[in-house]
Amino acid sequence: MKDNPIKHSLRYSLLGGLIALFSLDVSADIQPYNMTEGVTQISKEVFDLHMLIFYICCVIGIIVFGAMIVSLIRDRKSKGVPPADFHESVLLEFVWTAIPFAILIGIAIPAAKVLIDMEDVSDSEMTVKVTGYQWLWHYDYIDHDVDFYSVLKTSRNEIYNRSEKNENYLLEVDNELVLPTNRKVRILITSNDVIHAWWVPDLAVKKDAIPGYINQAWTEIDEPGIYRGQCAELCGRDHGFMPIVVRALPPEEFDAWVLQQSNKTVAGSQGSSISLQQSNKTVADSQGSNASLQQENKNIEQNALIN
Amino acid sequence: MSTTTADEHHDDHHPSGIMRWITTTNHKDIGTLYLWFSFIMFFIGGFMALIIRTELFEPGMQFVDPQFFNSMTTMHAIVMIFGVVMPAFTGLANWLIPLMIGATDMALPRMNNWSFWILPFAFAMMLSTLFMDGGGPAGGWTLYPPLVLQTGDAFPFVIFAIHFMGMSSIMGAINVVATILNMRAPGMTLMKMPLFVWTWLITAYLLIAVMPVLAGGVTMLLTDKFFETSFFNAAGGGDPVLFQHIFWFFGHPEVYILILPSFGVISSIIPTFARKPLFGYSSMVYATASIAFLSFIVWAHHMFTVGMPLAGELFFMLATMLIAVPTGVKVFNWVCTMWRGAMTFETPMLFAIAFIILFTIGGFSGLMLAITPADFQYHDTYFVVAHFHYVLVPGSIFAIIAAVYYWLPKWTGHMYSEFWGKTHFWLSTIFVNITFFPMHFVGLAGMPRRIPDYALQFSDYNQIATIGAFGFGFAQIIFLGLVIATIRGGVKATDRVWEGAEGLEWTLSSPPPYHSFTTPPNVKGEWNWFTHQHYETVKTRS
Repeated sequence: MKDNPIKHSLRYSLLGGLIALFSLDVSADIQPYNMTEGVTQISKEVFDLHMLIFYICCVIGIIVFGAMIVSLIRDRKSKGVPPADFHESVLLEFVWTAIPFAILIGIAIPAAKVLIDMEDVSDSEMTVKVTGYQWLWHYDYIDHDVDFYSVLKTSRNEIYNRSEKNENYLLEVDNELVLPTNRKVRILITSNDVIHAWWVPDLAVKKDAIPGYINQAWTEIDEPGIYRGQCAELCGRDHGFMPIVVRALPPEEFDAWVLQQSNKTVAGSQGSSISLQQSNKTVADSQGSNASLQQENKNIEQNALIN
Repeated sequence: MSTTTADEHHDDHHPSGIMRWITTTNHKDIGTLYLWFSFIMFFIGGFMALIIRTELFEPGMQFVDPQFFNSMTTMHAIVMIFGVVMPAFTGLANWLIPLMIGATDMALPRMNNWSFWILPFAFAMMLSTLFMDGGGPAGGWTLYPPLVLQTGDAFPFVIFAIHFMGMSSIMGAINVVATILNMRAPGMTLMKMPLFVWTWLITAYLLIAVMPVLAGGVTMLLTDKFFETSFFNAAGGGDPVLFQHIFWFFGHPEVYILILPSFGVISSIIPTFARKPLFGYSSMVYATASIAFLSFIVWAHHMFTVGMPLAGELFFMLATMLIAVPTGVKVFNWVCTMWRGAMTFETPMLFAIAFIILFTIGGFSGLMLAITPADFQYHDTYFVVAHFHYVLVPGSIFAIIAAVYYWLPKWTGHMYSEFWGKTHFWLSTIFVNITFFPMHFVGLAGMPRRIPDYALQFSDYNQIATIGAFGFGFAQIIFLGLVIATIRGGVKATDRVWEGAEGLEWTLSSPPPYHSFTTPPNVKGEWNWFTHQHYETVKTRS
């Protein structure tokens, strides 16, 4: 019946190890295991909040679990000490109600500040309307008369393991959402059928796309680059197959791109949809482009699709 | 006096064989039925989890269709919540509450029979939808419209099955309230009740308050689908988000329904094996009541991303953070109960200790999720999956397992095998962490939940989680074998079973008589939960 103390210490070192792993250097080369710091002011603030709360939890954990471990090692019947009989302490109870309360207020204040910033969409310089469909996205540059659909580019062969998966497996689309850096972009989010959620971790933007609602978010990207995300609200069969790719360009390049897009007389390219979509009324009007015809990412020329 | 004897005599002629179980109104029989039902559903729900984990072992679609995958995640949740955790706690309530408060039986025995026997039909109906045209429900257990309205033939069956489960829970809860408020032994005041009874009393009120809300919500879904209403249909002037408010107004109290009785179980086990009274009994009661109250005003933290007004987001963030205070009080009290005790580590105690540590880890991730700006990054990722599995598996499930080990000798009259109990414990604890800990990482790295296939950078953690899930699943077969072996035989258990056990249930024989306390025990006078004076008197008397 007696338990072995070694087993306990083993268990705690395992837990401790996992926690230590969790707080290791974020920029390690192996697979990511922490939240991205992202590429916007807001995403960095969110990351800092996340780490702040995480460290607070670690400290509380060390104190509480530490006390428990001490007790587990020391207060054993096998050591022959009779059990104490205390069962109440108003002071202690007051202290461990008041201290967590104070800590929570300490977390709430910076969190509220970030939240207020996140919800402030005023002074935006341009607007993109994002519409979710089963199972693709539609982007409409409201100020520029540019709009297109954005569909998963990964081939069925890769999904069904008939060919090798490329490095952006399931995170690549035919038409990327192109956004300028250093400009405050307002994003309007809605849906045409069921609820979706538009999420790009590097921008720390996640908002539900709800039919009948137009939700707002904003972002101001600091660095040019490609940022990938996914639909984050279960939206049916192909929920896992409607990624989001944002390409951030320096403002001048973005302006050139927009001009080129709006001048184009766009003819929707024909081709079979590469996604897993079944025939579905809601997507029948959208024409996916053939994956094999897609240009390399480095060429920003877009093969815009039209409805 | 002679009439009473005749009545008792009459009662003891219960039918045998299958009819005993179908017609029983005995709290112990019904408790047993609930617990076995829950155990069977645990393996069914676990099998679904293994289908999910098998598909997620590697990137790419290997085994199942995405639609079937979605119905597996949906069914796994419904089975585990409504078919495993809730019936298990109702089973424990049936077995233990009359024993703990010194009653003969539950207050409403016929309703008790009815509330159990609805369940197998509800779940037969629910599981049969997997074989219907269009497959089972695949819109997630949260049943969000408009997606859930795309369900095929299964839809009305799912709704009615949920109605039945709700009715069963409400009846079970009414019975618990009626029993606790009316059937306590003389002198058993509310503040002398064991914490398991207290937590169940509060849970029962939560159930009565919120199950009708769920029933209303799903009925509105039904009329939207079949009777042309537009409660949740934006095109008809309705509001899809309204459903989410209704659902989570049920859903958040529901998650406390799934955990509060565990607090009661742990508060019974820790003092027994620490041989020391529970620290802060009254603050435990108040903390439970505060958690229950707060559970009604935090629901929208499940839906921060729907685009609420800033004031709403701030309110729900602050209210949610507040829950950490009473929950913290509970954890501190448990640690303080262990402090300076004289502990031994039998299987129930091991599960209780693992509960405290792992539930607290789930509480930490819960606190992180409460922070609205950070929640925008966590929401609907595997971080959330990790969080609620930490509070439900090493939380609720471990507490249920601990309760079974703790009271099994009382129920069966036999001691279980400590060797197999400990083996079960260590395998479960190791594999549960291997399964769910990597989900924190993969969620933070950006993997959404409820997807059948994922990007390559998530592969390693998913493989680890799948290996853990199979290990955890197989470890439960040990538990099944152990329970069957203990029912069939084993070392005879004493009445008190555990050296440090306190409470009325330990004053009865093991197993207890078919009708628990035919004459109510006297707990009047100087008896005190902390000093155990009364129990000593009972023992000298008998």
